[in-house]
Amino acid sequence: MAELKTGGRFKSAVCTAEIMVVSAPSGDVNLTCGGVVMVESASGAVNGGEIHPDHAVGVAIGKRYINEEETLEVLCVKNGDGGLAVAGQLLLQKDTKKLPKTD
Amino acid sequence: MNVMMLLEMANAAFPERTAFTDGSSGESYTYSELFEASRRRAASVRASGAGRLVKLDVSNLATPLSLFTSAWAGVPFVPLNYRLTDAEIEALLKRVTPAYLVTQADRVATLGALNEVNAIACANFLDAGQHTQAFEGEWSMDPEEVAVLLFTSGTTGEPKAAVLRHKHLVSYILSSVEFASAAEEDASLVCVPPYHIAGIAAVMSSVYSGRHVIQLPNFTAEAWVQLAREHKVTTAFVVPTMLARIVELLEGQGNVTADMPHLNSLAYGGGKMPLSVIKKAMRFFPNTDFSNAYGLTETSSTICVLGPDEHRETVASTDPMINRRLVSVGRALPGVEIEIRDDEGKLLKAGGRGEIYVRGEQVSGEYEGRGAVTDVDGWFPTRDAGSMDEEGYLFLEGRADDVIVRGGENLSPGEIEDVMLTHPDVADVAVVGIPDEQWGEAVAAAVVAKPNVSIDIDALKTMISEQLRSSRVPAVISVWSELPYNETGKLLRRVVKAELSQS
Repeated sequence: MAELKTGGRFKSAVCTAEIMVVSAPSGDVNLTCGGVVMVESASGAVNGGEIHPDHAVGVAIGKRYINEEETLEVLCVKNGDGGLAVAGQLLLQKDTKKLPKTD
Repeated sequence: MNVMMLLEMANAAFPERTAFTDGSSGESYTYSELFEASRRRAASVRASGAGRLVKLDVSNLATPLSLFTSAWAGVPFVPLNYRLTDAEIEALLKRVTPAYLVTQADRVATLGALNEVNAIACANFLDAGQHTQAFEGEWSMDPEEVAVLLFTSGTTGEPKAAVLRHKHLVSYILSSVEFASAAEEDASLVCVPPYHIAGIAAVMSSVYSGRHVIQLPNFTAEAWVQLAREHKVTTAFVVPTMLARIVELLEGQGNVTADMPHLNSLAYGGGKMPLSVIKKAMRFFPNTDFSNAYGLTETSSTICVLGPDEHRETVASTDPMINRRLVSVGRALPGVEIEIRDDEGKLLKAGGRGEIYVRGEQVSGEYEGRGAVTDVDGWFPTRDAGSMDEEGYLFLEGRADDVIVRGGENLSPGEIEDVMLTHPDVADVAVVGIPDEQWGEAVAAAVVAKPNVSIDIDALKTMISEQLRSSRVPAVISVWSELPYNETGKLLRRVVKAELSQS
């Protein structure tokens, strides 16, 4: 469990995935990847372990993931085989709206 | 959050793609080359002990390299306007020391002699052989760190340094660009100056979308058309004066269309687009999507967009309310809120003219040494005057400071200019207030005639008085050969005002 601050960067303990927090509710959030709690990217090596089979959906670089209440949004900055979840609930991939190119 | 993260992701997803090509030298960087080069330059900057990375040169490969280097090294990036006088440049440079200055070779000796300025020629900054040490550290993910200090073109007094933090710039990119959305063959022609917010936004959004940037350092219509065709450019951004010159060139060559079927989208912004120019441009580029973008330095670039479909719908519409939206700047981007308020700060209803306020994650509204000028709820007063219609389309009316106060009545130059531009002989117009004994200020206008016609001033006044109240009819109308614009297409109203005040 950790407090997720906007702009904070976390890595998976069980795969190569990394995410950045876009928005998060206040207080501690149990954000997991592959079923195991994610750790701050700045922290050292992690123990590893296995991806839980129910959480092996993977994350893709550049995609955004949200919880059902849309109070949490993260951006995947490194691909990984684990799936993101909060308190056991898998996050959903957010649909992005296409905007006209302006710059 | 850190701007470097955008390049990190591009480097992970498509390292071998060409990222930037200097249109004048033909030299290129792939994403992985740019990433590795930034790591090495970050070591050089850190070793110098500088607190800022300053770039003073035209657009070239050192433009993206210095932006990402500074983000990695954890020092603010300060692009300076190379068109300023030597004295102005020195004065700005002294405000950002200790500085690592990347500049033109012939400026290195003079500027490098200044206290706490470590100057390096652009060619040497780009030369890999001179930066062999790789920076070991990671970049900071603290969203509050300052990414860019940008001196605004301030029309009065000393230029202000707008503070853009990593959170503002990254928020802007995340809310307006989809990662890796560009195709491998997409190419963007960038001709806005590197010290302009649109130039910085262009670097970041191209990197995040994976779009190849072709840099055009010194704009001419001829060079723009040539590079666009040579590189089969798919997207471009221009300021209105540039588009006017491109259209003029194509017209002069007797072309029916621009013959650029590859150009999918053309965005413009940075000043008021004359209706005649955009209508003509839409004919020359029949298959191109047009977008109008409105933004400020203090808002990390674009906050409002009039998209391609809206361009087509407004042009085709017979409803004058919809038709006039072609001269609007469109609607707020997702995550951006806009309000129009009166002089006392009260919210105005749809259609009311007042000052434009903006709020959102990408809005900084902060100046170095002065703090944020946003209010307690985060609203930034833009000092731009405007109005918004019922569906949220924003119309710009010039700077709030340009409002003419005639006998206690507030008059908007934009309203009068819009009417004058509908006259068939008028190509361009600027309306300003000039000192007047009786009224405090009087309305005065400088007009430019279309080629080979002369303007009948009395007939023009009659036309205005048929559409607007008599207080809005200019007391003075002077015919000029052209109006003064700066290099990014901003009308220099103070110059018009000074000139007309003397006559």
